[in-house]
Amino acid sequence: MKLAYWMYAGPAHIGTLRVASSFKNVHAIMHAPLGDDYFNVMRSMLERERNFTPVTASVVDRKVLARGSQEKVVDNITRKDREEHPDLIVLTPTCTSSILQEDLQNFVDRARMDTQGDVLLADVNHYRVNELQAGDRTLQQIVEFYLTKAKKKNELPQEKTSKPSVNIIGISTLGFHNQHDCTELKRLMAELGIEVNEVIPEGASVHNLKNLTRAWFNLVPYRELGVMTAQYLEAEFNMPYVDITPMGVVETARCIRKIQQVINAQGATADYEEYINNQTLYVSQAAWFSRSIDCQNLTGKKAVVFGDTTHAIAMTKILAREMGIRVVLAGTYCKYDEDYFREQVSEYCDEILISDDNGAIGDAIARIEPAAIFGTQMERHVGKRLSIPCGVIAAPIHIQDFPIGYKPFLGYEGTNQIADLVYNSFTLGMEDHLLEIFGGHDTKEVITKSISADSDLNWDKEAKAELNKIPGFVRGKVKRNTEKFARERGLSEITLEVMYAAKESVGA
Amino acid sequence: MTVAQTPNALNFDCETGNYHTFCPISCVAWLYQKIEDSFFLVIGTKTCGYFLQNAMGVMIFAEPRYAMAELEEGDVSAKLNDYEELKRLCLQIKRDRNPSVIVWIGTCTTEIIKMDLEGLAPKLEAEIGIPIVTARANGLDYAFTQGEDTVLAAMAHKCPKEAPKAEAEKNERNAISKLMNFGRKKEEVKQEESEYKDHPPLVLFGSLPDPVVTNLTLELKKQGIKVSGWLPSKRFTELPVIEEGYYTCGVNPFLSRTATTLMRRRKTKLIGAPFPIGPDGTRAWIEKICSVFGIEPKGLEEREVQIWENLEDYIKLIRGKSVFFMGDNLLEVSLARFLIRCGMTCPEIGIPYMDKRYQKAELDLLEKTCNEMGVALPNIVEKPDNYNQLQRIKELQPDLVITGMAHANPLEARGINTKWSVEFTFAQIHGFTNARDILELATRPMRRNNNLKELGWEKLVKEEAKV
Repeated sequence: MKLAYWMYAGPAHIGTLRVASSFKNVHAIMHAPLGDDYFNVMRSMLERERNFTPVTASVVDRKVLARGSQEKVVDNITRKDREEHPDLIVLTPTCTSSILQEDLQNFVDRARMDTQGDVLLADVNHYRVNELQAGDRTLQQIVEFYLTKAKKKNELPQEKTSKPSVNIIGISTLGFHNQHDCTELKRLMAELGIEVNEVIPEGASVHNLKNLTRAWFNLVPYRELGVMTAQYLEAEFNMPYVDITPMGVVETARCIRKIQQVINAQGATADYEEYINNQTLYVSQAAWFSRSIDCQNLTGKKAVVFGDTTHAIAMTKILAREMGIRVVLAGTYCKYDEDYFREQVSEYCDEILISDDNGAIGDAIARIEPAAIFGTQMERHVGKRLSIPCGVIAAPIHIQDFPIGYKPFLGYEGTNQIADLVYNSFTLGMEDHLLEIFGGHDTKEVITKSISADSDLNWDKEAKAELNKIPGFVRGKVKRNTEKFARERGLSEITLEVMYAAKESVGA
Repeated sequence: MTVAQTPNALNFDCETGNYHTFCPISCVAWLYQKIEDSFFLVIGTKTCGYFLQNAMGVMIFAEPRYAMAELEEGDVSAKLNDYEELKRLCLQIKRDRNPSVIVWIGTCTTEIIKMDLEGLAPKLEAEIGIPIVTARANGLDYAFTQGEDTVLAAMAHKCPKEAPKAEAEKNERNAISKLMNFGRKKEEVKQEESEYKDHPPLVLFGSLPDPVVTNLTLELKKQGIKVSGWLPSKRFTELPVIEEGYYTCGVNPFLSRTATTLMRRRKTKLIGAPFPIGPDGTRAWIEKICSVFGIEPKGLEEREVQIWENLEDYIKLIRGKSVFFMGDNLLEVSLARFLIRCGMTCPEIGIPYMDKRYQKAELDLLEKTCNEMGVALPNIVEKPDNYNQLQRIKELQPDLVITGMAHANPLEARGINTKWSVEFTFAQIHGFTNARDILELATRPMRRNNNLKELGWEKLVKEEAKV
């Protein structure tokens, strides 16, 4: 048992559902008690999704427990197959229902006999892996299922595309800035003259998975989702993959050079040096920002970085290499990927922290007292408490990670966004000096916020206490309306009764 | 399953479908705020914790006063000793936060692995010296707001059995701490004993925000009725005394278990009234309590008329329009009854669970309201199937759908007005004064659409609504 106040990564079924519901025309059935299907709420609310989330909970209640779930689960699968004709139905339990140890594979086999579409059981251990690992595994499972099927039917295309082409693997719903990253990656590929063959899982059709092998290589921008699929495609179909996250000017260039190497090995004659040079020096503002006076003032400032593997590593490298900021501590909650993380960041930071205990990270931040934090929503809250600014760079996702405007983290536009994020997170250039020299902006304390000055009306103790319970942002309005009401009626004493009467009459 | 078919009686269906509501453990989100000296420990899996954190979005603010006891593989496979594990966590909570009570929230997982929380609690509370309340707020048996019901039912057992004697002297000594703590109920409503009529003690149950508690207490005071206490109280240490023969009355429709516990285990007499939601319900609630105590209610009719007059600006926006409840928080019947009284029609009330005995007075009032307003009786669908409901909504095209969060945006994208049912769970909707707040919520989509209607942004999905 673990005392937990906060979770960085969700439970396994969330990962499975993120992958399943990213595909087009794939439905997921959850074998779960009432309320465990909150994935639908997250997707509908956080992503502001216009369509109904293709996830249905087959509710496990007391009766189902007593009778066993087979009938109900099979019914729900076949019913959904009839109602919406999905290409694939993915069945997943949650932590809770996985304890029941029912033979879900058997349910799936039974259901398959009566469905038009395919049915799969997500093969995940709900107590051993988290959301990220489960998502990675489910994507690989679905890809393998369809490629094996196509191979058996001899439907696998043998030819590669005529021009160099790529599959972008790992873009999914409820991913951190995934939609914008995807747009940026497509733009980057177009500028490099590389065709985008398939993007999976977001918006992909399972019928097109057999075409994956037509691409010249796979690009896996995130360490958390897609690596297993890329490794499978390499082992089975000899497809090379590039897993350098194009985040920051230096890493984006490294990613592009790797792509060049991979496609040239297959007969292309690409030379991207001029493109990289042009983007770096003249198009992206990030390199210029590094060179500008603003960034000079950031030199040697201390920062703490914490997040998932992908973003924490990339951010550490950007701060240290591109902005001269001293990363005192770099950390990740992806404990399962510890070795890789250490190998990637050790030369760019003083200290490394691998932990999913938010208390440990909070304590480290309090001890270090950095000038800025780049972390998750949790670190933002820690920063608030300690008055340290924090830029959010990684999941767990939050409504703020789904901005309406275009805010990618990857590619050259991503470098601009990150430069903005870094710059706005620190106390700004000249302002910083002025604060030091003059000891702050304000010479006087803020004068009273209340607009109605001391009045002739007398608030009795209960009414005053009640007024104090009203949230600050409407308190002034309630006070004014109540006093207006009392004046109109010639009352000099404001009691609780007067307050409520005022509310009823004017809606104060 | 149709219980009654006559046109003048309510029709109840039970679809036992696949439907979405929040998990009952969500009650910790408001109960930890209500009971200020409590600590809520949710004993469950990552699935439970991630729900509280990401779907309810409350975990981060609550750090000091609620947490997950996250069950790991060793717990589930019974390799670890439950008692020792819980003791370790509770000692840590005692050391870090020192609450007056620890509330264990059992979950589906503790049910399935048959963790004997009720058996462990008495032993552990004796050992660590902090009372432990055990509630089984699991999704196998309960929906959303019923979580509160399980907690209050458990807490009812902890209410003192008789009033302490030397109260006066103790108050004297605590004068300073009382001064610093004006939230306390006893102070809020300074009671001149003479203002009250002579009646048996009355305890109200249901967790409401403090201003609403004060408000309802005052409404009863106007009738000369003294509220002896509320379950829950602001502090666990101030739980109301409940003696045999006391009268109890609920303020929310989802508290049937608490009502039963108070009747059967604490031998109180339950006043079965409609719920104090909307001016009609509030009046009926007060009148019922008055009638039980043989008190002639004063000025209620004028009061209700006055409130209705003040609501007219909102009511004219919804009069003649239809509202469809998909079912989420068990407040559906009370809200439908109020909105029908406002002049709306209601084809369907979805509801996760319907206790026809506890809600009897409310159901009778709904029926009466429909007859008086001359509108058809709604179909009440227990455990609805959301997919079927969406087909019905598509067909009926109601003017307003009150629904859980999962369906709101997709319905809006198809040009259907929605309001989140959870907002009614968290907003202050009880009593005469707050009727305006219910309509403020219910009319918001209409008012918003009036703002947008010139723009022609009705449907924002291309293909024919696919559900």
